[in-house]
Amino acid sequence: MKQFSLLSRRVAALFLAPGAILVGLFILLPFFWVIFVSFTNRTLLGRTALNPEFVGLQNYVRLFDPATFFTRGQFGSSLIITTEFVLLSALVGQALLGLLLAWLMQAIRPGLKRFVEAMVIGAWILPEVVIGFAWFAFLDYDNGTLNMIMRGLGLPPGDFLLQQPFWVIVIFNTWRGAAFSMMLFNSAFASIPPSYFQAADVAGASSWQKFRDIALPLIRGHVVTDLILITMWTFNVFTPFLLTHGGPAYRTELLSIYNYRVAFRDFEFGKGAAVGVIIMLINLVLALIYLSIGRRKSKAEKEAAT
Amino acid sequence: MSGGAFLSRIGFSVLAALLGVLFALPLIWFIFAPFNARAEMGLALPDPWTLSNFATVFQNSFAVRALFNSLIQSVGGVILIGAAATLAAYALSRSTIPGKSAVTYVLLLFSSVVSGSAAMVPIFLIISAMGLIDTQLAVILVFAGGLLPTAMFILRDFIDGIPKSYEESAMVAGASPLQAFFDVALPVIRPGIVVIVVWAFVNIWGSFLIPFILLRSSEQMPASVAIYSFYSEAGTPIVTLLAAYALIYSLPVVLLYLFVSWRFGFRFFGGIKA
Repeated sequence: MKQFSLLSRRVAALFLAPGAILVGLFILLPFFWVIFVSFTNRTLLGRTALNPEFVGLQNYVRLFDPATFFTRGQFGSSLIITTEFVLLSALVGQALLGLLLAWLMQAIRPGLKRFVEAMVIGAWILPEVVIGFAWFAFLDYDNGTLNMIMRGLGLPPGDFLLQQPFWVIVIFNTWRGAAFSMMLFNSAFASIPPSYFQAADVAGASSWQKFRDIALPLIRGHVVTDLILITMWTFNVFTPFLLTHGGPAYRTELLSIYNYRVAFRDFEFGKGAAVGVIIMLINLVLALIYLSIGRRKSKAEKEAAT
Repeated sequence: MSGGAFLSRIGFSVLAALLGVLFALPLIWFIFAPFNARAEMGLALPDPWTLSNFATVFQNSFAVRALFNSLIQSVGGVILIGAAATLAAYALSRSTIPGKSAVTYVLLLFSSVVSGSAAMVPIFLIISAMGLIDTQLAVILVFAGGLLPTAMFILRDFIDGIPKSYEESAMVAGASPLQAFFDVALPVIRPGIVVIVVWAFVNIWGSFLIPFILLRSSEQMPASVAIYSFYSEAGTPIVTLLAAYALIYSLPVVLLYLFVSWRFGFRFFGGIKA
């Protein structure tokens, strides 16, 4: 039987055109252009701004130069900082806190639940510059909220942005992003039939046993989804720039901030583009993992349905 | 309920309340400072509570202009995304173009690979080549392109869930494909469009990096970038102005969140179905 189509191919092409132009110009073109620029010595200003020369792999060689690779403020050091940042603030911080919050939400009264959810989601939805200023005030040495609490508890106050900048951005990002994991796990828990838990209650299981033996195995797929997504987002995040500008002494210079500094402060577009290409390669690996899991899942669902 | 379960329930509530308070702590300053005429970075109760900081904001034409620019950029981007995504998603859902699902798959892949932090150099160069540096149109276009694949993905899912028979019966009754789209399909798709419009608006309104890179002059800056110019001649932040401004700037996002959670129960996360 010939399939009846609501749209002729010509009309469909017309419908697709505006989207295709926008995506082509601002997603596909940047993808190929950044690879091209990374093989040139293009700068923002000067002679090589107009007439960049082809320099082969020179930008990459400079990034991976073993003599300076691990020096503060260089590519390798930034890559290590970023990896630690992703591990600690996303995979440990956001995921575990989100899981804990979602599990607590199942058991508490609606009023309290609404309060906690509002605070956690508030941290997530407010614009990043507002959050940046709020944290600046929170961490203020003289009368900031945190140091007021420290003094109240009889602890020594600290200038945390100077003394522990890395841990500040780790805690900051955990706080900022835990909402997503919480909501994802919330809906995951909601998809478990309540009878499973009722049966466990009859058997006298504790909350921890119910979590470990019933809930966790059933939401394993959601956990994987969550981990990959928050890894991708945290890996690309630029918000800590608003708190620390990558400093002091490059101690919080994530790859996104390093890329910004190289390209728009040192005006080395070629080298910045090479950093961009490496970020994209890492993004590509993460995205392929995510999409392949999503495909396997929807295939399994289809098979289960037939 | 047994004694142990009761105790553990109390423990849960205490722990949850504690976490809620910990999450609230960094924002407490933000509740007081906008209403304090002598606000500083330190935490202090306003004495007296006043709206004078807001009056200062509205007397500052640069500050007001930046809020207006944020609105132009967000609304401009949202109109482009809404229109382009609806048309494209409808075509992908209802036509028989070969390789439809591959297109969606590849676009989604590209859009997550080409992030702002990876592509800031080529985006700057493309906008330069188009002669659009320091124009609001640049911000609108970059976001329209960047957010489009996810918007298309959400909408296509939505349209796939609507039976084709709606439009089919309209066409049997003599409607053209365009009439079937505009008069029959569009009203049914509208809730899906609302979702992507709100999502895109919040994304553009809150953005910092892209306008920070693409805009130079103070007349073009959105609020997120302009807020960094509220410094006195001595180089210290004018906290009173800043705090009130940050509150005004946050309002649309909070209101949209309340609207969405009231209307849809806040269960969409940028194209990902949990």
